[in-house]
Amino acid sequence: MPRHDVLVIGAGLAGQRAALAAAEQGVSVAIVSKVHPVRSHSNAAQGGINAALNPEDSWESHAFDTVKGSDYLGDQDAIAIMCREAPEEILHLEHLGVPFHRNEEGKLGTRAFGGASQARTYYVADITGQAIMHVLYEQLMKHSDSVDRYEEYFTTSLALDDGGNCCGAVLRNVRDGSMELFEAKNVILATGGNGQAWQPTTNALICTGDGIAQAYRVGAPLMDMEMIQYHPTTLAGKGFLITEGARGEGAHLLNANGERFMEKYAPNKMELASRDVVSRAEQTEIDEGRGFPDGTVALDITVVPKKRIHEALREIVLVGRDFAGVDITREPIHIKPGNHYTMGGIKTDSDGATEIPGLYAAGECACVSVHGGNRLGANSLLDTLIFGRRAGVHAANRTKQVEVGRPSKATLADEEALIGSIVGRERGSGRRVSEIRKELGQTMDRFVSVFRDDEGIKQAQEIVARLKQEAETAYIDDRGSIFNQDVLGALELGYMLDNAECACVGALERTESRGAQYRTDFPERNDDEWLRHIELRQNGDGPQTDYSPVTITEWQPMERTY
Amino acid sequence: MAEAETSTAVSENGAAAAPVAETEQYTLKVRRFSPESGQGPYWQEFDVELDPTLSVLDALLQFKDREDGSLSVRCSCRAAICGSCGVKINGQSTLACLTQIGEAHEFANRAAGTSGSPDAPKEAVAESSPALTSGSEPIVVEPMGNMPVIKDLVTDMESTHWKKMRRVTPWLLDDGDPPERERIVPPDSMVDITQTIACIQCGACVSSCLSMEADPDFIGPAALAKAYRFVGDPRDVESKERLYDLAQDPHGIYDCTHCFSCIDACPKGVAPMDQIMRLRRLAGEQEIVDRNNGHNHEAAFVKIIEKKGTLDESLLLQESYAPGVKGKLIPKPSAIKGLLGSIPTAVRGIRSGKMRSLPKLIPGVHHKLPGDSQEHVKRIFAHAEEHRTELNLYITGEEDELAEPDEDKTSPPEASREPKENQ
Repeated sequence: MPRHDVLVIGAGLAGQRAALAAAEQGVSVAIVSKVHPVRSHSNAAQGGINAALNPEDSWESHAFDTVKGSDYLGDQDAIAIMCREAPEEILHLEHLGVPFHRNEEGKLGTRAFGGASQARTYYVADITGQAIMHVLYEQLMKHSDSVDRYEEYFTTSLALDDGGNCCGAVLRNVRDGSMELFEAKNVILATGGNGQAWQPTTNALICTGDGIAQAYRVGAPLMDMEMIQYHPTTLAGKGFLITEGARGEGAHLLNANGERFMEKYAPNKMELASRDVVSRAEQTEIDEGRGFPDGTVALDITVVPKKRIHEALREIVLVGRDFAGVDITREPIHIKPGNHYTMGGIKTDSDGATEIPGLYAAGECACVSVHGGNRLGANSLLDTLIFGRRAGVHAANRTKQVEVGRPSKATLADEEALIGSIVGRERGSGRRVSEIRKELGQTMDRFVSVFRDDEGIKQAQEIVARLKQEAETAYIDDRGSIFNQDVLGALELGYMLDNAECACVGALERTESRGAQYRTDFPERNDDEWLRHIELRQNGDGPQTDYSPVTITEWQPMERTY
Repeated sequence: MAEAETSTAVSENGAAAAPVAETEQYTLKVRRFSPESGQGPYWQEFDVELDPTLSVLDALLQFKDREDGSLSVRCSCRAAICGSCGVKINGQSTLACLTQIGEAHEFANRAAGTSGSPDAPKEAVAESSPALTSGSEPIVVEPMGNMPVIKDLVTDMESTHWKKMRRVTPWLLDDGDPPERERIVPPDSMVDITQTIACIQCGACVSSCLSMEADPDFIGPAALAKAYRFVGDPRDVESKERLYDLAQDPHGIYDCTHCFSCIDACPKGVAPMDQIMRLRRLAGEQEIVDRNNGHNHEAAFVKIIEKKGTLDESLLLQESYAPGVKGKLIPKPSAIKGLLGSIPTAVRGIRSGKMRSLPKLIPGVHHKLPGDSQEHVKRIFAHAEEHRTELNLYITGEEDELAEPDEDKTSPPEASREPKENQ
């Protein structure tokens, strides 16, 4: 049985940063991931990472933009920590070797991004997430003596000791199907978001909300699960992302009449208003008949100088060419709002600690909350790194202070039995896992998306409840041990259904419009009643609702215009 | 903010927005292997039905979802950024998500119609005539090459790709004392190494590498491209040591045979072979004498072509080991050893038919280029020396756009040639 002081689950940016930070404290660390670390979805973060590093800029300005972007649902103490520590983190990455874009003097250069009052986004072309993640993986290879890597190990559940402390996890080695109990004094979840519960989505197939559901199942509260970001520029049908960096570089949004419609919705910031604002504007244009017949509006990047496109938006040139058959340097590309980011997640404090002792969460699976109702572009990479590091350091220091019980072997036996029962289900005994997954995605995209209302959310709830039942008997084809992705898909479906159920409950509960939650039946923001977080705990069959106040330090809620 | 209609109406519009493209039927022929079955690998043919602009990965996933979930294929992002789904399609190493099924089908038909083999050059896709697209050849999908297969399309990248990656010390070796702020570097140097940073570690180049087929220990295109990422990075303080190491290794930079397969296979424009050639040139400029005699051999090639226009093989060995007039009169012992050591290779070349014309080995027999052609060749050499342009997609864009005048404002990056000059 592998034993470590700190077990990090998930190896995207948050997980890798957490593992490296914990190892630096001199404790034993393992990082496990259901895919090879460099396949993690942090790769997809194209545009950049925010930091007030410029002498003319200030962390307060960055923090205010973030608070405003969050529609005042973000906790201001956590936001202050993130924005204050951002410059140092960027410099740390630069020192590790991230080839950030330079200005003519050879210093770090920036680009403009949505919802920001200053150009404070540092970037590597439009592969910023990939560049940072590969550099962190270089560091994991370098420090292989202090961080054990378990690549392609799928976590099926968390283990608690008799005192309710998290003390490990059950993992399945994907390559040979063996199950193992990993013992750890601390567990850090860094498993990413739940975008795959929506279809289409910009998220990768692996983003199935595993860690969020696993934490929820052992009793950790989830927070603000209704806050699901729809990104303004995704390819119709396939859901692929076109970076906000395109608009940062000056690209325009046009409706089918060729009008730059953002003039109506955000006359000052135009295309660079917050994502929720731009997505609603686009959806309104489309719904009111000013979109294209394929249900889209156009993103015109041709206004950006060609040289600049090749240097700064290379990935988008490829996405346009390979996945839409469009040369973005010559013609506009059709886009629409699409599921993109989970602002809610496992409730943590600013050190990543959850309410379960020994259990931490960081990155997209966590809700600190720094994003509140709407995340600003280029704040997600920052979130993963700052809170990944903080969780790693805190967890490492905690190992020196606590005694933790041993996980019970029964946990392993239970998980083995569960997998055995899924594999043993008779073919044709129920629905296919893939069918349920597809219906779930379509349901959530239809009812819990840019615009929501009571009737629609309730309909989604009913369908999700039915799908949960169907999932109990859903069958798979692969009966083998080696690289059995089928059985993992069945487990992921269960996680996604828990995520979807919680998103519905939150969306129904919050009878106001704030950030990504826009209720057509409650179109106004209601600070008197709803300037608070919605917490969900597992209680028997369904989530039990609770509330907690939003931390407000310096910035009182104001009307939000761009 | 404009009022929206009810969410139901919204989503109905949304549903209408789903692509209504017409689907077509395609046949896939997939290499299956399950080590638990006790049977060897086999081919499975099945039909899928989808929009021609969707990908081969979409086709595989459709089959997996609807028919047989036991088909294993790594995949995640579906958008050519995670690097999971490296496979061979119609013999070509690539990403399944990046290959449109319609194109793959046309290619399979065209290959069957011409050579009968799916190994025809990739360009065939673009040239395929409509008449040939109506065929019904299956699209052949296999696991990547040069790696052991774990199951179906899943290969063991750890024991090959990642092991080679770790061979090149794949992390920045700095001076150990980071400044308070960022390191100041020439802006173009960062753009330059971004081309190799763009590598997504999919392994397509490793899969396609012909040198690795012959020498499994070859460090290979992906790892050597990664090496350039550090050699070209002005913040790395051990570039010269890296170059020396990679030049001396018998499976290092001089093990590449210049076949272009990796450039063809790379889905991200990293052009691994170009990076290997840049490492070689930098090694040459640093006057690193390698025990493989790689640098001299390359210099001999260049010299002979400049002089004769085509390769005079009678001079190649001698020029490689004992260059110059003096070298011919008084060759060093190492040159004589090298020459003698090459004899078995030469004999094998003759036996295997690779060296087809024996008289070519006799000095002086080699033909000259007609007319003033040799002068033209010399002028090309002079031009290349004057304009040593680095093709870097992050700087120059696609090659066809190089000709456009508005692209000319940027000169090719000085920094990529002399990464350390402004440090």
